[in-house]
Amino acid sequence: MSEPRDRHPIITVRGLRNAFGEQVVHDDLDLTVCRGEILGVVGGSGTGKSVLLRSIIGLQTPEAGDVEVLGENMVGRSEDEAKNIRRRWGILFQNGALFSTLTVAENVEVPIREYFPHITPPLLDEIASYKIAMALLPADAGPKYPSELSGGMVKRAGIARALALDPELLFLDEPTSGLDPIAAAGFDELIRSLQKRLGLTVFLITHDLDTLHSICDRVAVLADKKVIGIGTIPELLALDHPWIQEYFNGPRGRSAAQSYEEGAIA
Amino acid sequence: MSQIRRDLPLWAISRINPPRMTEVTDQETDHRGGSVYRVAGALTITRAATTQREIDALHDPLTIDLSDIDRMDTVGAWIVYRTVRDRGAKVIGASRDEVSLLRQVGDFDKPTRVTPDEPHNFFAVLRELGEWVSEAGVTLVGLLGFLGATLIGFANVIRRPRKFRVNAVVQRFDVVGVRALGIIGLMSFLIGVVIAQQGAVQLAQFGAEVYTINLIGRITVRELGVLMTAIMVAGRSGSAFAAQIGTMKITEEIDAMRTIGVSPVEALVIPRMMASVLMMPLLAFWAMLTALLGGGIFVWLDLQIPPLTYIQRLQEVIPLTDLWIALIKAPVFGFIIALAGCFQGMLVQGNSEEVGTRTTNAVVQSIFLVIVLDAVFAVFFSSIGWV
Repeated sequence: MSEPRDRHPIITVRGLRNAFGEQVVHDDLDLTVCRGEILGVVGGSGTGKSVLLRSIIGLQTPEAGDVEVLGENMVGRSEDEAKNIRRRWGILFQNGALFSTLTVAENVEVPIREYFPHITPPLLDEIASYKIAMALLPADAGPKYPSELSGGMVKRAGIARALALDPELLFLDEPTSGLDPIAAAGFDELIRSLQKRLGLTVFLITHDLDTLHSICDRVAVLADKKVIGIGTIPELLALDHPWIQEYFNGPRGRSAAQSYEEGAIA
Repeated sequence: MSQIRRDLPLWAISRINPPRMTEVTDQETDHRGGSVYRVAGALTITRAATTQREIDALHDPLTIDLSDIDRMDTVGAWIVYRTVRDRGAKVIGASRDEVSLLRQVGDFDKPTRVTPDEPHNFFAVLRELGEWVSEAGVTLVGLLGFLGATLIGFANVIRRPRKFRVNAVVQRFDVVGVRALGIIGLMSFLIGVVIAQQGAVQLAQFGAEVYTINLIGRITVRELGVLMTAIMVAGRSGSAFAAQIGTMKITEEIDAMRTIGVSPVEALVIPRMMASVLMMPLLAFWAMLTALLGGGIFVWLDLQIPPLTYIQRLQEVIPLTDLWIALIKAPVFGFIIALAGCFQGMLVQGNSEEVGTRTTNAVVQSIFLVIVLDAVFAVFFSSIGWV
């Protein structure tokens, strides 16, 4: 399977096993994410995409296996040790997970205040304000509370907060779900441009075929409790797995591929 | 994208574009009387506070020399950018990547507001007072409306008994009533013991320990049994009503019910109200019994009054009207608790913080109203001769 040889792995998952009671979600799952790529993770409902994300970021302790992020082992670490790694990544949760009692700007400032309490308030406000602009939020979004935002704005605010500490690694859990196609396309573009500007590595869980075609460098497919394939979409199609075929060659998959090719030609 | 403000001396960055080029040497700057800020290593968020402090300490005209840095992130770039913007500093020795990063953060320098508008002092107080008054008025009107909606709901259920949700009501009976038996029993038992103990100590000063039984009997049956039960039910079930209904409002379950044609009042409020109204007298009666039991055990052990004598004395000193008073008050208190809980739950809008606030409101309101009503009842029953 293709794995860019010249690039360092930034996330390495080996032999991961997750189970909830009787129900085994992952069994002997391997995955490598390379520095500087956008990796899309797809899979049917219930294949454990979010559980995989939670295992990687340390919210879920796996039953077995190793997870290494940014060269550090994540399993069984103490909270203090994990803090140094947490500083180096940003996470956008599926529903934004903005702190509802804080304004958007305050949400962005939370990680900065937590790790760098000596930054003066005026500088802090300026940092928050350019992060908000960077996430392409309108200028009046800063003092608003999350309950006053639309779905797309919540996601943008979530991105702004995820970018607060200039992370090397960005985790996105279904960033375009619940957005209209125009907003979703705008969001794809935002992720792509941020990734290019800041040299990010992006781990992206999605159901959105357009996102996969337009911004992902590689795609990992979760099924049968494992990663059954990882690579570019043509490489995956060569694998001849029924789920992959149905996913990318179904009516929606074909139209997304078509529109992407047309876009590429134009 | 390129909405760089024109007045910014960004030329100072871009003109020195070729990598690692140092146009200005130390001597030159000394000659002009300016200062040079030279950073080595990483210019990142990690040392943002220090960098800003160091830059603030230098005097104008300022030159920032980036030729020795090997890593810069957007925060570092922002600090350099704002120094250029605000103080007209000159940047030298920036590599191509660093220049592009500086330009990029410059692109995002838009007048973004960070803090909400907050009016000051006197007017803020006035405004808050006004908001509070109008909110109190709106709440009162809303409560009346909710009471009306509930009564209409009851009428609908009576008109069409098939719409009555037996399962939901029985389930609420279980949650509000049966599951509260343990905690209410324990609490009342202990209250019985405390009243007996304190009463015995005080009455012993007059050699009237035997009247401890009068004290226990009348105070638990007439007042404390039902009042403490009401407080416990408000804390246990009233809060749960508000939190459950509030959460359902946030997750749009209530809206879903409405669109399907299920009335939220009939499906959610009426079962809770019935459970609360019907369970309160039973729980209050249970509370009286356990309180009398606690008091009885204390007088038996401490004052050596045997249980049979205790029961006989209770029969003599507690008028039946005391029990009626308690059993009349209990369903009214239950109604108040359910009304406040469901009403506050229905008022939840927006975020999860609201659920917490509304739940607190529900408990505070119901306990307050229960005690106010208890006072009214006390005066009323005394004046009709039930003393």
